[in-house]
Amino acid sequence: MSSEDPKRLTTMISAKAIEEIEHWRSKYPADRKRPPIIAALKVVQAENENWLSEEHMKAVADYLDVPHIAVFEVATFYTMFHLKPVGKNVISVCTNLSCMMCGSDKIVEHLQSRLGIKLGETTSDGQFSLKEVECMAACGGAPMLEASEIYHENLTPEKVDSILNDLGWEA
Amino acid sequence: MANEVCFRTMHLDEPWTLEAYKSVGGYKVWRDILKNKTPANDIIEQLKTSALRGRGGAGFPTGLKWSFMPRGMPGQKYVVCNSDEGEPGTFKDRDILRFNPHQLIEGMAIGGYVMTATVGYNYMRGEFYEPFARMEQALKEAYDEGLLGKNILDSGIDFDLYNHMGAGAYICGEETALIESLEGKKGQPRFKPPFPANYGVFGRPTNVNNTESYASVPVILQHGGQWFLDLGIPNNGGTKIFSVSGHIKQPGNYEVAMGMPFKDLLQQCGGMRGDKPLKAVIPGGSSSPVLPASVMMDITMDYDAIGKAGSMVGSGAVMVIEEGTCMVELAARTAHFYYEESCGQCTPCREGTGWMSRVLHRILDGEGKIEDLDNLQDIADNIMGRTICALGDAAAMPMGGFLKHYKHEFEHMIRTGRRWVDDQQNAA
Ligand SMILES: Cc1cc2nc3c(=O)[nH]c(=O)nc-3n(C[C@H](O)[C@H](O)[C@H](O)COP(=O)(O)O)c2cc1C
Ligand code: FES
Repeated sequence: MSSEDPKRLTTMISAKAIEEIEHWRSKYPADRKRPPIIAALKVVQAENENWLSEEHMKAVADYLDVPHIAVFEVATFYTMFHLKPVGKNVISVCTNLSCMMCGSDKIVEHLQSRLGIKLGETTSDGQFSLKEVECMAACGGAPMLEASEIYHENLTPEKVDSILNDLGWEA
Repeated sequence: MANEVCFRTMHLDEPWTLEAYKSVGGYKVWRDILKNKTPANDIIEQLKTSALRGRGGAGFPTGLKWSFMPRGMPGQKYVVCNSDEGEPGTFKDRDILRFNPHQLIEGMAIGGYVMTATVGYNYMRGEFYEPFARMEQALKEAYDEGLLGKNILDSGIDFDLYNHMGAGAYICGEETALIESLEGKKGQPRFKPPFPANYGVFGRPTNVNNTESYASVPVILQHGGQWFLDLGIPNNGGTKIFSVSGHIKQPGNYEVAMGMPFKDLLQQCGGMRGDKPLKAVIPGGSSSPVLPASVMMDITMDYDAIGKAGSMVGSGAVMVIEEGTCMVELAARTAHFYYEESCGQCTPCREGTGWMSRVLHRILDGEGKIEDLDNLQDIADNIMGRTICALGDAAAMPMGGFLKHYKHEFEHMIRTGRRWVDDQQNAA
């Protein structure tokens, strides 16, 4: 167990975020401490420019009164958690079968050349990361990507340009 | 005949609202049950008659599954909906959640009543932002209407339903991994037995069904099990949503009668996208073995026919593939997926999926050897049936399909370093 202050998290994130974590906590039996871990990590990640530092993870564990390892295990298992700094905008582009058959390679190519980075990289100004993801359950609109919690389907290079514009990419 | 069951609100404006749902008879069944305390066994009998089979992939009869829950046992029980929808090619549950969320709520509430579970969780994959918002809105409407909660409409029946979200992991679609994940842990599948009906969420009896399975229940009970059965063909009752994608003119979700000839479905989707003819179909998600056009054009879309042809209905994800598509590339992408998503718990799956992926990528890089093909089949055979959960099987089965029907494409690439499809085209 940790000797850290369980309230530390409340000084690291907003009151609204704490409220959100409490809302998730209320969905599960009161004697169960782990079920809100995933939701809490998401809330914290959203407030910390899309990534989780070790300090954040420990603070979540202490706040929920679970061992640090319980939170580390979850944070490392699920692909939506970023344990290193990433771009303010993470663009998740699907390259699985249906998207592949509908030309996701061209979309990836276009994204890479517009942003000047490869899959898995972040622009030098820290604004954009490009992430290859598995099927997002939107294959009817292949090829697709997700950015800022919005699915963009039936992509063309022109559509990608307008998405990047809307997200503030100017280069 | 389409959109009669899970998509029955689809023709309406804002089909996701309570008002839209009520206008098609929504929550009538739930209200009747609350009023008349319909015996649980009668409901299970209707489901058995309907021949509804689990829509998540395994096709287990839903009525039978519900009968396994120890209804008389005291203590907390749970109903859980599997809205993790991660099988490549599948996008139907997302549309049920977005466009007809109330029907899922009604189906789960009925399930809770039948199986004496007073709490339900709807587990959605972490990327389902829009579906989550719709589900939250629908839950609020249902609570405000008094259709959920404690002592619902003075019936003495309780049912509380919560939306839960994952955070990116295909394996969490496997029901015991989903349960682990719901408990706030890594999504690593559990040994079975014990089955969730005896030891599920928080160690309590739990029933897990797919979104489409639960959402089918209110309509089945409204019209009767026989009605649903008759929509389809014997042993393959009802309608099924096929998520059609790939080289198709009008990709999308099609809720059609089970037993529909594939060629009719193809036509309903507007036919092929371009001018190239059909080459093959992956009929039930990336875990199902690919079938050549000649086989597909002769079969019907149901569990029995597709099973006999050597593949499966699976999740109903129909991936349409045109002539000119390189099967080695599809196989390699498929293998890569399972390698990425293996949870790493069982050696045959953890090692085997990576090995298959490496061998296939080596072939793509022009460095394959002819022995690789026997080797691939061997690896697949050694994963099959040797793992805690069926992700291993799901990785092994499609490999068998690619090698069975398209071995020549692999051999060609190994011998010449070129894609068979390109050389065919150049020769023509
Ligand atoms: C690797 C793997 C992934 C799965 N993914 C899903 C999924 O995304 N959705 C789903 O409903 N079932 C999925 N299943 C099947 C579930 O384990 C389970 O059989 C299903 O949720 C039961 O519901 P049903 O009887 O209504 O189909 C998956 C199974 C495996 C082995
Ligand atoms: S394959 Fe890209 S969303 Fe399904």
